[in-house]
Amino acid sequence: MKTLVIAEHNNQNLSAATLSVVDAAKKLGRDIDLLVANNSCSSVLDEAKSVEGVSTVLDFSHEKFANEIAEDIAACVVSVKDDYDFFLTSSSTSGKNNLPRVAALLDIQQISEVTEILDEKTFKKPIYAGSCIATVQSTQEKNALTIRTTSFEKASGAGGSANVITKDVPETESRKSGFVKNELTVSDRPELTSADIVVSGGRGMQNGENFALLEAVATKLNAAVGASRAAVDSGFVPNDYQVGQTGKSVAPNLYIAVGISGAIQHLAGMKDSKTIVAINKDEEAPIFKVADYGLVADLFEALPDLESKL
Amino acid sequence: MKILIPIKRVNDYNVKVRPNQANTDVDLSNVKMAMNPFCEIAVEEAIRLKESGKAEEIVVVTIGDDKHQEQLRTALALGADRALLVKTDTILQPLDVAKILTKVYEKEAADLVIMGKVGIDGDHNQTGQMFAALTNLPQATFASKVEIDGNNVQVTREIDGGLETLTAEMPAVITTDLRLNEPRYASLPNIMKAKRKPLEELSLGELGLDVATKVNTIKVESPPERQEGVKVETVDQLVDKLKNEAKVI
Repeated sequence: MKTLVIAEHNNQNLSAATLSVVDAAKKLGRDIDLLVANNSCSSVLDEAKSVEGVSTVLDFSHEKFANEIAEDIAACVVSVKDDYDFFLTSSSTSGKNNLPRVAALLDIQQISEVTEILDEKTFKKPIYAGSCIATVQSTQEKNALTIRTTSFEKASGAGGSANVITKDVPETESRKSGFVKNELTVSDRPELTSADIVVSGGRGMQNGENFALLEAVATKLNAAVGASRAAVDSGFVPNDYQVGQTGKSVAPNLYIAVGISGAIQHLAGMKDSKTIVAINKDEEAPIFKVADYGLVADLFEALPDLESKL
Repeated sequence: MKILIPIKRVNDYNVKVRPNQANTDVDLSNVKMAMNPFCEIAVEEAIRLKESGKAEEIVVVTIGDDKHQEQLRTALALGADRALLVKTDTILQPLDVAKILTKVYEKEAADLVIMGKVGIDGDHNQTGQMFAALTNLPQATFASKVEIDGNNVQVTREIDGGLETLTAEMPAVITTDLRLNEPRYASLPNIMKAKRKPLEELSLGELGLDVATKVNTIKVESPPERQEGVKVETVDQLVDKLKNEAKVI
């Protein structure tokens, strides 16, 4: 039996998340195949076959994969199910959308947000917004895992030479949904979940315009910009900036939290960062409890000052 | 149109849940329980669809012991018409929940199923997608906008890169994200009225289902504590620490 990793990509490049899932897959000690559902996209296939540790790339090519529909992805995975006893993908919104559909069709109880693989049946995962860590043991012969990518290294994107096998794309039985449109945030900055440095703003930023102060610091540091739920709910920045239990999990080398009080739901998404800086005018803010360096200051003075000194 | 809303009873989101003494499970004794926040959003969305004349009936369902009636009564007070409690003392995992909901769905023949994207307890984020798979219905997860258009529903989804819009033919399954709506509070008269709304109980046996635990929790522990660091007085000190001590810039 082998491990199947469902690759994530944007029809141009393989996602960094997939490299982390391959790293996690290595801990299961099986051959690793990569399922790439794509719209005739040779650049993604080239990257996929170069990932170190991958044996075979399953090329499911069809124009319907210009955009990803969970029903279609699940049908592809089910069509090759007999060769695999592990099905892995990342706990991105794509992985969270697709894998439970696959798992239910295969009668597997999925294990979500795996942060550690202890052995092939035993895994660690956060529960209750990261307040507790559960060790869970599966009694199933086949397992489906979503991987929290920040808890794993990345497999090298070079050095592999996997076979690419063209697979027949199955019809999705009575699919009743369709893609309408995307409104994606365009940014020159590093991607939030894989950036070395993240600068995040909260309710203390007061409005969207003030995020320019954060952006200026982020530019100096080549950092990604994130936000707390409060800032997103208030409309300061789009939803894809959100770090936390229901947003993205990040674990950069440096996380700078500005005007963020530090609700447990926010901490759940960033407390694995290597170094945490908190800038907040309220010295009682809970964010200081997890910060390596705390600065009690008015952010409207501290941010321009910081930017000028970087 | 009839809307089915599966809901979950979980810890109040303000409560920090800790492991029990033996580290075998979480300690929920004396923890305030409530409707899962994402389920409240699902209930609210259904009520708004009913208020705008798009839906006629809202049925809420949950699975668990007698205490789960509290959350069903809350949903009735908010505006649901009927409630179903599938009674069991067993702690269920998402796949089993999805199987039970499939049976309920076959019985109720709803046109739209709206549910929370994730329970804030187990953080699984699976049940809606699994239910959609088992019923062979289209799924639109992590919804931040829902628009009914004839026999179709158009759903804007919060995804990692921004927003995506899907259209699905009903019946369909929608899971809610945070920004879909802001749930209302139940008024006192409605809380009183809810006591007289129908709440039907079903047993797992009546649904003809056997559930089996496939994943066992063998340990629950607190995450490693982060050491509280130091306070710096000035931006200069901060930059110095980051450069020379943490060496991260």
